[in-house]
Amino acid sequence: MSDRGNLVWIFVSALLVNNFTLSYFLGLCPFFGVSGRLATAFRLGLANIFVMVITSLAASFLNAFVLPHAPYLRLISFIVVVASTVQFVEMVIKKTSPALFRALGIFLPLITTNCAILALALFQTSRGYGVVEGVVFALGAGGGLTLALVLMAGLRQEAELSSIPSMLKGTAMNLIIAGILSMAFMGFAGLFS
Amino acid sequence: MQGMGKTGGGLTLLPPDRSPGMLPEFVKGLWRENPIFVQVLGMCPALAVTNTAVNGLAMGGATLFVLVCSSFLVSALRRLIPKPVRISTYIVIIATFVTVADFALQAAVPAIHRELGAFIALIVVNCVILGRQEAFASKYPVGPAVADALGMGGGFLLALTLLGGAREVLGKGSLFGASLFGPSFEPWVIMILPPGGFLMLGFLLLGFAVAKEARQRIAARRAAAGKEAA
Repeated sequence: MSDRGNLVWIFVSALLVNNFTLSYFLGLCPFFGVSGRLATAFRLGLANIFVMVITSLAASFLNAFVLPHAPYLRLISFIVVVASTVQFVEMVIKKTSPALFRALGIFLPLITTNCAILALALFQTSRGYGVVEGVVFALGAGGGLTLALVLMAGLRQEAELSSIPSMLKGTAMNLIIAGILSMAFMGFAGLFS
Repeated sequence: MQGMGKTGGGLTLLPPDRSPGMLPEFVKGLWRENPIFVQVLGMCPALAVTNTAVNGLAMGGATLFVLVCSSFLVSALRRLIPKPVRISTYIVIIATFVTVADFALQAAVPAIHRELGAFIALIVVNCVILGRQEAFASKYPVGPAVADALGMGGGFLLALTLLGGAREVLGKGSLFGASLFGPSFEPWVIMILPPGGFLMLGFLLLGFAVAKEARQRIAARRAAAGKEAA
């Protein structure tokens, strides 16, 4: 496969076929927590993409220069990178858009414990992606996360208007919606053979 | 915040002056404040690796180990950890024990380690663990902290094994690898695929809600009957 074809494959695979949220179960806390409103969900997705790209670059750097000397520090150094990136994004958003900062609330610092971000760095390492491949992978994975968040938020806004048995309301309903969404995404598995 | 920490047992701060007994701290995590079924925390590993009962058990065991060790250390060091950097400190402590668990599983059970893959490393960002450090271990002495960690970790292990077992029975017709229904069983394959995780947990939560409502109705009827008799 040509080099460019490979990059396209990485992007589409992370975006649709192996969607981080719907087929790897990564980043479920914001997926269920912040998917109440469409606009907020979309912006949180964008913040996630940004953190992912930075994390991917930092992970490439660490993999090339630091970790060959101390492989047992992999997990600890990755999590420190993620935590500081999130802190940085938090400061930027607070400065530029206080309204968004309030809307995201606790879920902004919680991007640190969003397993999707750490998983991105780990997958990138275990698959041996280079710098460019890593960034494309981060864009695809972040885009997939945003897509899942926005779809979920849209479905939940619709579901609020319909009458649902009281026992099903809340988490059980959201899980079943997510299950159906995940089934729909399984259809993309036929894209590549 | 809907769906997270519904009972307030998760990230809410308990008053530190309430002196806890050891046994209640252990028991509460098993069922009444179960991290998965009641608090709905730590969903990512709970759904990702529970396609068989064995995987659920291994993941639950690794999480239990990390939670107990971290709670012990955080509780022992609670007067030394400066408040502004406490979260980072907890994360580094947790990451250390996860590295230990990762290498130990790789050495002891390589097959399971391969199947769980990156999800062992991802125990670092399991919100159940960080939540217990912030809400409990950093405020109480070592004894109650370890009891609480054992309970919460045990509840997590129980939930993961239950989820993995249910999905394995429906999706493969076996439990812990042993075939249950013989060769004529037509497996419900979707249950061991990703959508099955969401659906199974959704239906389990629905089942618990139905059971709770039924119990409340029976209690109400019994109270009404008692009043009539009196």
